[in-house]
Amino acid sequence: MSLPPNPFAAKPSRARAAEKSVFWVFRLATYLVLACGAFVFGDIVLKGSGTVLHGFKTTEQFPYITNTFLFESPESLYVFEHDGKKVEMGDKEYRAFRESVEAKAKLAGQPAPKFKAESYVYSAGGIWPCIVGTVLLVLGSMTIALTLGVASAIYLNEYASDGKIVRYIRLAILNLAGVPSIVFGLFGFGMFVIFLDWNVSLLAGWFTLAFMVLPVVITASEEALKAVPKGFREGSLALGATKWQTIRSNVLPYALPGILTSSILGIARVAGETAPIMFTAAYVVRDKLPWDVDKFSDFFFQGVMALPYHIYVVSSKIPQNEYTERVQYGTAFVFLGIVALIATTSIVLRNKLRGSYKW
Amino acid sequence: METSAAPAKFSVNVPASSSAITPGTASTLIEIENLDFYYDSKQALFDINLKLDDRRVTAFIGPSGCGKSTLLRCLNRMNDLIDGAHIKRGSLKIRGVDLHRKDVDAIELRKRVGMVFQKSNPFPKSIYENITYGLRIQGVNNKARLDEVVEKSLRGAALWDEVKDRLHESGLSLSGGQQQRLCIARTIAVEPEVILMDEPCSALDPIATAKVEELIHELKKQFTIIIVTHSMQQAARCSDKTAFFYMGKLIEYDDTRTIFMNPGNPQTEAYVSGRFG
Repeated sequence: MSLPPNPFAAKPSRARAAEKSVFWVFRLATYLVLACGAFVFGDIVLKGSGTVLHGFKTTEQFPYITNTFLFESPESLYVFEHDGKKVEMGDKEYRAFRESVEAKAKLAGQPAPKFKAESYVYSAGGIWPCIVGTVLLVLGSMTIALTLGVASAIYLNEYASDGKIVRYIRLAILNLAGVPSIVFGLFGFGMFVIFLDWNVSLLAGWFTLAFMVLPVVITASEEALKAVPKGFREGSLALGATKWQTIRSNVLPYALPGILTSSILGIARVAGETAPIMFTAAYVVRDKLPWDVDKFSDFFFQGVMALPYHIYVVSSKIPQNEYTERVQYGTAFVFLGIVALIATTSIVLRNKLRGSYKW
Repeated sequence: METSAAPAKFSVNVPASSSAITPGTASTLIEIENLDFYYDSKQALFDINLKLDDRRVTAFIGPSGCGKSTLLRCLNRMNDLIDGAHIKRGSLKIRGVDLHRKDVDAIELRKRVGMVFQKSNPFPKSIYENITYGLRIQGVNNKARLDEVVEKSLRGAALWDEVKDRLHESGLSLSGGQQQRLCIARTIAVEPEVILMDEPCSALDPIATAKVEELIHELKKQFTIIIVTHSMQQAARCSDKTAFFYMGKLIEYDDTRTIFMNPGNPQTEAYVSGRFG
């Protein structure tokens, strides 16, 4: 029994061949991107997580465990031979060890042993001041950027009538988004550090970063405000509410999830910028922690260490050797972790807020 | 209705004893005189003259784009929110006060002239918060007073029995018809004099529509109601007077019975009998 002729059988054609090859090109391109991402992440996580994991140490007092990489300041690494063994020690540990050995020798009436140590800057200790600095920079610039950005988005979207001026303002904001970060750095240096005489300080860094993220915040806020149905505004105004009452209780709450998510993501990205803070806020190294100030106002006028700048310093400003890799990858790993944490927070926050205001 | 073959006379059933026709004379509340209204340079209303009665239901009918919603939105100055919308000539007066006088504040006006929109727009807040919104923005925060107003308004909007056990659920959890009645309740909570309704039933099914229309009958004891509608049956069922607009002009304004049974203008007759529009 033979089958009836099939009029729907595939016929070879150019279109069919093109379809196949194009499909494979797209698929391979996607896989290539995925592979690159996986390689970068994998490399950093594999090499960096070791640094953090090796940093765990038990302590005598509460909380009985600490992490030398996360919670200590950067130190020089000393490498020397002792009792025929190669020893690596951080600065503080090395001094204490040397003193104890010398004291022991003195007690036994022997001449002090000679230490021939090689030192490598920033290769021991941790990155606590950088973490603190980055968190402070992010919080400060986020506050400034959200305040200014949301306020101007409200003005542009709710109050200003669409005219020539508003069009130019929007254009200017869009252009601002395209300005390279190093130019923002230079602007911040000229404006805040020199002209306003704030020196290299948290305040200068906050404003520079905030200005850089402003276009993102304004655009995101405007989009979020536009997404709130017109009916809510009209309904509120028709009940005799003023414009501001309407915005405050019937527009902003619904736009907030959108505003926060996009803004926080924008800020997380900007937190990774090195150029804007290298002239305005970041120190190569600083022993004091930011809250270690004499008077409150000094807090704003001090420079800080920051993760992206630290990565830059340990990767290109100090002699490279077998000991530098630990800090480089460790810092990158922690930095990725912090950015991921900020992003996750914003998503959780959005989902939570969205749940309470759905339409 | 638009496409069906037109009967010679539009057969809306208006019984002689229809409660839509309220006996007795009503006093004039709103006076519109020689009104010319523009969106930028495009004229939307041409020389409108209209007197609307106190505590009566007036229906504005006419095809889309005929200016009836524009006129409605003039009455609580919602048109102020549209760039380029302006009145070039004429006046709107409520109790003799010109709404565009310098010392008339649009916000105070809107507290006296409420509005119900075509698309029900309860706020994404609880039912309770929806009703109290208008009072809260006026600074009323007394819990007992708010509770009282919530019950009174929901009863007034014939919604109390359906929602009394879930006042703190979202207003958006209600059905379409309930949402629209919630919006009406929200509007009467601030005790306006006039309620403007902009096609309040256009998104509702017939049963929900019937409930809203029933509600309109109740409300006109207390409020002056102006309703814009595309449904001629609705205008016939629930209004006392009807104004027919076409291309931005007021064609005819009379008792609803007269408009539907014995219109004076051939255009009105053509429209109400379904021959166009």
